[in-house]
Amino acid sequence: MTTFVTALNAALSDSMKADPRVLLMGEDVGDLGGVFRVTDGLIAQFGEDRVLNTPISESTLVGAAVGLAMGGYRPVVEMQFDSFVYPAFAQITWHLSRFRYRSRGQQTMPVVIRVPYGGNIGAAEHHSDSPEAYFIPTPGLKVFTPSTPSQGYALLREAIEDDDPVIFFEPKHDYWVKEECELAQREPDAPGARIAGQGSDLTLVGYGPTVKLCLAVREYFAQEGVSIEVLDLFKLNPLEINMLVGSVTRTGRMVVVHEAPVFGGFGGELVARVAGDCFAALKAPPLRVGAMSTPYPAAALEHEYLPGMDRIVDAVDTSLRYGVTT
Amino acid sequence: MELDPSAVQLLSEDGTFTEHPDYPLGLSDADIIGLYRRLILVRRADVEAINLQRQGYLKLWGPVFGQEAAQVGSAAALQPGDRAFPQGRQFGVGLTVGIDPAEMLSVWRGEIQGGGWSVEASGIALYTFPIGSQAPHAVGYGMALRRDQKNAAVIAYLGDGAFGTGDVHESLLWSALYKSPVVFFCENNQYALSNPVERSAPLPLYRRSEGFGLPGVQVDGNDVLGCYAVTARAARRARAGEGPTLVEALTYRIGPHTTSDDPDRYRKADEVATWRLRDPIIRMRDFVLGAGLVTRSDLDAIDQEAEVCATAVRAACVADPPPVQPEQIFDHVYGTRPQHLEAERRAWLAFNEETQATS
Repeated sequence: MTTFVTALNAALSDSMKADPRVLLMGEDVGDLGGVFRVTDGLIAQFGEDRVLNTPISESTLVGAAVGLAMGGYRPVVEMQFDSFVYPAFAQITWHLSRFRYRSRGQQTMPVVIRVPYGGNIGAAEHHSDSPEAYFIPTPGLKVFTPSTPSQGYALLREAIEDDDPVIFFEPKHDYWVKEECELAQREPDAPGARIAGQGSDLTLVGYGPTVKLCLAVREYFAQEGVSIEVLDLFKLNPLEINMLVGSVTRTGRMVVVHEAPVFGGFGGELVARVAGDCFAALKAPPLRVGAMSTPYPAAALEHEYLPGMDRIVDAVDTSLRYGVTT
Repeated sequence: MELDPSAVQLLSEDGTFTEHPDYPLGLSDADIIGLYRRLILVRRADVEAINLQRQGYLKLWGPVFGQEAAQVGSAAALQPGDRAFPQGRQFGVGLTVGIDPAEMLSVWRGEIQGGGWSVEASGIALYTFPIGSQAPHAVGYGMALRRDQKNAAVIAYLGDGAFGTGDVHESLLWSALYKSPVVFFCENNQYALSNPVERSAPLPLYRRSEGFGLPGVQVDGNDVLGCYAVTARAARRARAGEGPTLVEALTYRIGPHTTSDDPDRYRKADEVATWRLRDPIIRMRDFVLGAGLVTRSDLDAIDQEAEVCATAVRAACVADPPPVQPEQIFDHVYGTRPQHLEAERRAWLAFNEETQATS
């Protein structure tokens, strides 16, 4: 059995073995192995030379990675928690994401920024954010988020081999989820989304930590004879628009689920795409389910704040009943 | 702000040269004349750029006037394989390493972002306009050089205002921790746009190095020989794997922050007049003439060369800009265009085709 943590650890280790220019940098990634142990044992395996336990300087973590990339390296940076990426926001948006463009293709930025994200772990303030909506619209930046250990392995290896910068959101609640799986690399040009469960009545879209919820909702409705298709968007940018549009065109209904607040969240982009490209096929307005549009609350309230099965089921019901008079 | 008593100065305001025991100059007469020549070229091309902006041929210009010695002296210490990380005002650095001035002006014509020069050929990274944000790039690039045992140096150009940013302080720390071969070269021109350095720095900037674990030195930034000698020593130290150095070159920005600025609103004329008397070129001319390195006709010839350079700069800037291919806006965002971007590009091309067909 493989956990998310061991799969990501294997991806880092295998990438470092495959390419001596891959380096790891981050806070506590050395002897501790990272607060979630994703880098466990790597400093012993590859040495302090390639696993850099850095000071708490998130902006310079990314800024130095930019410089290392200019010098021909492929740095993989760990942000300890989601909201700790904020001090690096300027380096990411000013420089990391723009260098290919501003240098007219002369300078690529093969940098991966790993970010454990999401809540539901009873954490202290600033340790449970879902900040993907700050990054997805940033031109030049790619945004990946796996939902299973085997996908995590394949996607992280792909991110490290990518010449474009990738911000890699890891669903931290699922770090210890187990999966019976082979760890293997993805085919080049394989799609950035997958149908996690086929269905014909409604498309339920999730990514990262919400995919398992969507699958549970699918099981629930299957018992009632409702067939739900679950679409797992493990790449948020570039987005598999064709797969999204294809699925919703078939089912005529969409509900998108993310842990980030609904207002201004990525769900809005997906709804806009579907409204624009599947209008004639829609049987109901596409709906969004997410967190409340408030700051992430204290742990005692997080289960009220985060989208749970109940709210997803309710949204699916609303969609299915739309226009039906009883 | 005045020089610290410890500041390095090889060439005083009156053009007197004094050897410094710790900072040997080690330049031939021809090298020294070459530095003078660069100062004149940079001054003349910079004045031309100001005029070109006033006449509408440049969108904006950040004048170098007054800071030529700091830029020319430090850049002259660069060797093949070294890499400079400029902020955005390092016109004199580019000219010193031989970049075509017109290539440096294409940014200011709005043709290109970052810079029109080859980074690999010149050793000068693209401009990085957010203040101080290139310091971590310099540190990271230096870490790469050190890992590859390249024995090369990196120079990060920073203004005094950059010493208000977190990036610069994190970079000082990282450079010392990882022995990144960086020369942090602060052109302290005493104003961060309108904010005088006295209001942003309680102590001379070079003294900040101590807490981070790297040596710091102040040099007279209007002394081109001092700037060369101090940078050359710091760069040698960096190439030898001994780590980074913070150099503060105290100079003065005679002109505005940019051509959009009005410095009369925040500084007194008599202060500017005082610093005009400390002009980096006057003292160097006095020195090369007094030491018999050149004749007056040699100086005239250099002035003439500067006129030719300025004429070429003008010609390049008043010429029609190269035609822009509008669809290039979609290029080089990613290695492969994502679906959404490709769709935008196709829609935009179709729209253009349609509107052209109907107009």
